[in-house]
Amino acid sequence: MTITQNDDQELSVELGADSTSGSPVAGGKNRKRGVSDLARQFLPPLFLGAVIVSAWYYISYALLAEERRFLLRPPHEILQVGFFDWDHFSEILLALWSSTRVALIGLAISIAIGFFLATVMSQTKIVERAIFPYMVMLQAVPILAIVPLIGFWWGYGTTSRIAVCVIISLFPIIVNTLFGLQSAERGLHDLFTLHHASRRTRLRKLMFPAARPAIFAGLRISAGLSVIGAIVGDYFFGQGAVGIGQLLKRYSSRLEGEELLAAVIMSSALGVVVFLFFGWLQNVAIGKWHESSGAES
Amino acid sequence: MTAIDPSPGATSSKASVLSFNHTQMTFPDGTEAVRDVSLEISRGEFVTIVGPSGCGKSTLLKIASGLLEATGGEVAVDRDRLGYVFQDATLLPWRTVLGNVELLAELHDIPKAERRQLALEAIETVGLSGFVNHYPKSLSGGMKMRASLARTLTLKPPVFLFDEPFGAVDEITREHLNDETQRLFQSEGFAGLFITHSIAEAVFMSTRVLVMSARPGRIVAEFDVPFEYPRKPELRFDPEFAALSGEISRELRGSHQ
Repeated sequence: MTITQNDDQELSVELGADSTSGSPVAGGKNRKRGVSDLARQFLPPLFLGAVIVSAWYYISYALLAEERRFLLRPPHEILQVGFFDWDHFSEILLALWSSTRVALIGLAISIAIGFFLATVMSQTKIVERAIFPYMVMLQAVPILAIVPLIGFWWGYGTTSRIAVCVIISLFPIIVNTLFGLQSAERGLHDLFTLHHASRRTRLRKLMFPAARPAIFAGLRISAGLSVIGAIVGDYFFGQGAVGIGQLLKRYSSRLEGEELLAAVIMSSALGVVVFLFFGWLQNVAIGKWHESSGAES
Repeated sequence: MTAIDPSPGATSSKASVLSFNHTQMTFPDGTEAVRDVSLEISRGEFVTIVGPSGCGKSTLLKIASGLLEATGGEVAVDRDRLGYVFQDATLLPWRTVLGNVELLAELHDIPKAERRQLALEAIETVGLSGFVNHYPKSLSGGMKMRASLARTLTLKPPVFLFDEPFGAVDEITREHLNDETQRLFQSEGFAGLFITHSIAEAVFMSTRVLVMSARPGRIVAEFDVPFEYPRKPELRFDPEFAALSGEISRELRGSHQ
């Protein structure tokens, strides 16, 4: 009896000491931002933007003669013709949607192949050694060099566009996923070994969760590449639904500078949206526990 | 559950739960890590091995747990429910304290409701009840170690192996964790094999202290620790405590040369 009492006392005293000496650090972050912080963050890019627009006007009106102004139309004309004229803008949006779909399908295929290969490679060193050089080769091959081959095999429509997306977005997924799967600490592996975890349990409860930060980093890179792949693929393979690549080609051949620039701006907007989306996804998936999270991104 | 009464020094009368018999370990590169270690631990015993760094003390635990295969001799222990506390807390960073403590029960296919119950009990035992939903990154080193202890407690292992678990925390936290381990040893009734290079830690918690020599590791001396449980923190300032620590320290120095 007296023993337990003593123990309880000791425990409570001890706890008091521990919670003061090692107080948890989470939740202590100050999320409020002053107006001056906002200004400090947004003023510099706004200022630079203003400088760029001014330079643009200067080039359009002061440097280019009237008959050569189609090379760089002034910003307000691009807005008028490319964005506010619904006929033109809807054409751009439709093409953008077509390319986005190609990019998404390509990315999904890359993820499926990439996860599968990385998982297999993480299980057997021999398989990793066998596959890796070919992955590097695939990565190193200039996409333009195999464009004729792709057209030759899969025709000049959507399938070939998707193939281009897969070829250029696959490598980062494999490399990052494999790196992630191999990143679990030795001690954690020992823990799973001690308790006789099966290969599948180890993969599911240790290796894949540990790989999440790397997987999302790879996904972010690959998603961007996949958008590029969709546009490049569309540029070369013009059959079927018109994508943004075809549109760019058409506008440039017709010297339609306003539409061309509007299409370029919208393509980069797509890239930005994809980048932000995967950054957000990454935060949702690992934000609560990963060491690097909580910092500004 | 059944609190057993560990009478210090009584090593022969009780059932052995872990034994090394002429254990030998030579690594493939030719390094001889452990030479002819024989050692028996019975229920109610808490045995600590002290020795210089790199003397093969941790290797002994890896052999006991099956993480390493000894190159000679025999080891007898029930590996199904073996408690093993690592040098680091080895928590899964993507799981909360509760999720981490539930892990071993999960690996042993204990049903969900029971697992939750076991985990909450263990978390309470180590005094982390207020931190059930915290992620490891928001815990101090000492708290992580407590979570790691709680995780092992869920299996109610009859044998606990401790691989220098408190080496990375500060002195004060280490003393708290020693108090707590000693208390758990009392309340949970496991047999312990503890590895450390801190003599104070060894004497404070153990029923028996073994001194291991520098590589190749051999047991060169053995000391029974006579103090009654539960041991109070003040014991560390007791003259007898100091005397015994001194003796062990001399032995350790001798073996180091």
